[in-house]
Amino acid sequence: MDLVTVWFAIVVLCWVLFFTLEGFDFGVGVLAPLVGRDEHERGAALKTIGPFWDGNEVWLVAAIGVTYAAFPAWYAALLSGTYLPMVGVLLLLAGRGVALEFRGKHSDPRWRRRCEVVLALCSAGIVALWGALLSVFVRGLALGADGEVVSQPGLAAGLGRTVAPLFTVEAAFGAVAALVLSVLLGATFLALRTTGPVRLRAHRVAAGAAAGVVALGAAVAVAGLTGATLAGGAIGASTGATSTGLGLLVVGALVAAAAVVVAVATRLGREGAAFAVVSLLVAGVVVAVLLANGDVVLPSTLDPAASLTRESAAATPAALGLITAFGAVAVPGVVVYQVWSYWVFRRRVASERIATA
Amino acid sequence: MDITRLQFAVVTIYHYLFVPLSISLASLTAGLQTTSVLTRDPERAQRLRRSTMLVGKLLLVTFAVGVVTGLVQEFQFGMGWSAFARFYGDVFGPTLAIEGMLAFFLEATFLGLWFFGWDRLPRLVHLATIWIVAVGTLISAYIILGANSFMQHPVAYQLDPTTGRAHLSSFAELMTNPVLFATFPHTIAGAAMLGGALLLSIGSWRRWIGPAPAGAAGSPEARNADPDQRAFAGIARLGAWTTVAGGLATALTGDVLGKVMTSVQPMKMAAAEALYTTTTGAPFSLLTIGNLDGSRPIFSLDIPYLLSFLATGEFDSTVKGIDDLQAQYSQQFGPGDYAPMIPLAYWSFRAMITIGLLSALIAGVYLWLTRKGLDPREPKASALPFMSQRLFPRPLVQLSLRMLPTLPLLPAAAGTAGWVFTETARQPWLAFGLTLTKDGISPGLTAAEAWFSLAAFTAVYGVLAVVWLRLVKHLVAQDLADPPARPAVPLPHEDDDGEGVNPDRDHGHSAQPVIPAY
Ligand code: HDD
Ligand code: HEM
Ligand code: HEM
Repeated sequence: MDLVTVWFAIVVLCWVLFFTLEGFDFGVGVLAPLVGRDEHERGAALKTIGPFWDGNEVWLVAAIGVTYAAFPAWYAALLSGTYLPMVGVLLLLAGRGVALEFRGKHSDPRWRRRCEVVLALCSAGIVALWGALLSVFVRGLALGADGEVVSQPGLAAGLGRTVAPLFTVEAAFGAVAALVLSVLLGATFLALRTTGPVRLRAHRVAAGAAAGVVALGAAVAVAGLTGATLAGGAIGASTGATSTGLGLLVVGALVAAAAVVVAVATRLGREGAAFAVVSLLVAGVVVAVLLANGDVVLPSTLDPAASLTRESAAATPAALGLITAFGAVAVPGVVVYQVWSYWVFRRRVASERIATA
Repeated sequence: MDITRLQFAVVTIYHYLFVPLSISLASLTAGLQTTSVLTRDPERAQRLRRSTMLVGKLLLVTFAVGVVTGLVQEFQFGMGWSAFARFYGDVFGPTLAIEGMLAFFLEATFLGLWFFGWDRLPRLVHLATIWIVAVGTLISAYIILGANSFMQHPVAYQLDPTTGRAHLSSFAELMTNPVLFATFPHTIAGAAMLGGALLLSIGSWRRWIGPAPAGAAGSPEARNADPDQRAFAGIARLGAWTTVAGGLATALTGDVLGKVMTSVQPMKMAAAEALYTTTTGAPFSLLTIGNLDGSRPIFSLDIPYLLSFLATGEFDSTVKGIDDLQAQYSQQFGPGDYAPMIPLAYWSFRAMITIGLLSALIAGVYLWLTRKGLDPREPKASALPFMSQRLFPRPLVQLSLRMLPTLPLLPAAAGTAGWVFTETARQPWLAFGLTLTKDGISPGLTAAEAWFSLAAFTAVYGVLAVVWLRLVKHLVAQDLADPPARPAVPLPHEDDDGEGVNPDRDHGHSAQPVIPAY
């Protein structure tokens, strides 16, 4: 395998880890007000992600950083072409991180309440935005020959340049799908990591969200059958660009089946298995999105010749060789100590009230 | 284009308000915890553990802001500076990626382990986690400053003759840039000043002015004897020492940095001095009234020969002036204006030095006034060796103590001024001698987008700063608390894997109670 393929695989790995690990962080952020009836229970729910969220978020830093290092043209076109949505992502991430970290450091109930609200809203916003953006990864941007999205003069055109791609059926579907999946991920994670009332409620939420995912899978399958415009939507897109209706039908059925497995496993109390299946599902979706266009990493909707491919976006062999040397040492190390930190905090967080002295 | 630059400046300066705090607080927390582990005296050990906990919490909330603003940094090279990203992707990309892989994962993961691990990890392993965080902050500072040093003094690259892009030829050479060797210690020393000033500010506030701990309300005697008050006094003095040491180190390393800069970017240092004509035995002007455009100033206070010495280490050496450099660059790079904004360079350079060193001086005075456990308001304490007490009367001491909590503003302002100088006096170059700044901006970016994002970042960052300040104030006003202790007896093994348990039947089963601190 050549270095370009290796580094493309590493970019995919970073995105997969970001979406699965932060996916449950975001899900827990959204769910905390729902599964926690009082401040204590919400605190317990948030404590399950307390030690991890920052380390998980670095997978986003890594995904962006590795893209910059290995595929600078992809990095430049993607980020400048989604300028305003990325501003949104960054500001929401700021609100999320700060609300989560600041909540427990102040004892005032109103302060905590406010942090919880900001956390839930920002988490939901980020997930929806990323879901929509994944559809843009697949459909591509209006890239010109210089690799840039250029707009007409004028205020509306100026502001609309990078926002317009988000106003499509596919993007809307992506946003909803991402929200439902992230809630399911968060609920199974909470079920696995808590005891007491929070765990109970997490079970109920998981059942509801699993039903939602079944519906999403069904929608994709129907789209496949009828050839509706959904072909290219975030999940459907897994086979989108090249696919036939049959491909979508299979994907939709697989997604729905996975959700049924999750619901049954949760019902049986096999919380670890349920969480593992949802994680695999999310990982599968992300991989499918990134592989949807084959060698093309960012299609141009204007001119296929302007699309960025792995080869045309790649850095020089020297730069790739350099990061390979570091990556070979650093990435396994990161995985080892992150796994260790999950092991250290493997004990469930109790959400029942405990009489304290 | 100017809006994009303004936005870059705003978000970067903001990031750099929190970064030096994270860098220095991480090492200070690690140092405090280490002393608490090493000390034999149980009372002192407890004091140190409680101080560790406070400083560590400040680190955590500061770090969170550093992380979310750092993410913006990582994205914005692509968002606003895509042309720059294409041309220097080979140099900058690997640098940022390696920083992430080597440093950010370390910092983020081990900080979580440290804060939540007090009662989970063996004592020495737990101590190691905070040291790993501290080392992580230093690694990330080193690598990112390596990227910045490339822009000041490009090394280790080749220009591709067809595409015009810069290719990295050696990472080792990039990381041994002579500018980096000077910039890194200087930046770390400046960071130490800021962290030190913060500790001095909170320690002295709680010790002399703010709310007394629960156990020490009432008489001054009770206040003096209270262990937490002694802890705050210790925090204040640790902060003061750190500020003074950082001040000395910034001066020494700044001197070295100035010499390196004179050789790689003579225009910058000429601008710092507003020196228009090449001069032998050049003086250093302390301040100038009038204009700095090369005509005669109305008034200027000069120290003869000092500039020559600062620039080269010899009093009678020749320092090149702006006019000559402009002529030289026009010949070398083609016609154009190669001088930065002279007044900004001149004044930001002076602001950095004076404001920064003033804070070290104040910290030094505090150390003297509180020597041997003295109360600075006591007549005995307030007599400076060279000043009679009439010059330094009690109300003035009282007022100074009340002002002291604002001290961190000084090193923060000095650091910002330093960066403004570094970055703006490099103009019009983006990477010195290679690309002009105007050629780096995303070609597709519209003015509407730039304005919108500038406004949005400014608003959100403003709110963040207010919330951060409120939280820090709240944390500092609390009574000191012990970190969670590790249970003497290992906890009973419980349902770790979560398999095979039906929560409907299993409500409230025997999991070890964990009281959420989150
Ligand atoms: C508390 C902060 C502080 C203090 C007291 C000083 N500096 Fe500084 N200075 C910085 C904080 C700083 C900084 C923020 O850390 C900079 C910005 C970029 C850098 O590398 O360090 C900087 C940059 C900087 C530069 C520009 C380097 C470049 O263009 O890359 C020079 C020449 C000096 N400093 C010299 C000095 C001297 C001679 C000082 C005192 C005697 C001094 N600094 C005090
Ligand atoms: C260490 C990594 C850094 C890198 C790679 C970097 C890079 C850049 C780039 C690409 C620009 C835009 C082009 C330009 O205007 O010159 C810039 C400008 C600027 N940067 Fe830096 N910078 C770094 C650190 C900082 C820090 C820490 C600060 C301040 C605290 C800072 C302050 C500024 C300012 C004020 C400008 C605006 C200059 C102008 O447009 O005239 N920079 N820097
Ligand atoms: C302009 C270029 C810069 C970029 C792209 C950048 C990027 C980042 C990112 C992505 C993070 C978050 C890491 C995480 O998620 O844990 C971060 C934090 C950090 N950055 Fe920056 N940064 C820049 C400038 C600087 C400078 C000039 C310094 C120091 C001299 C610095 C030192 C740090 C440190 C120590 C942290 C971790 C501590 C904290 O979060 O406050 N950065 N940076």
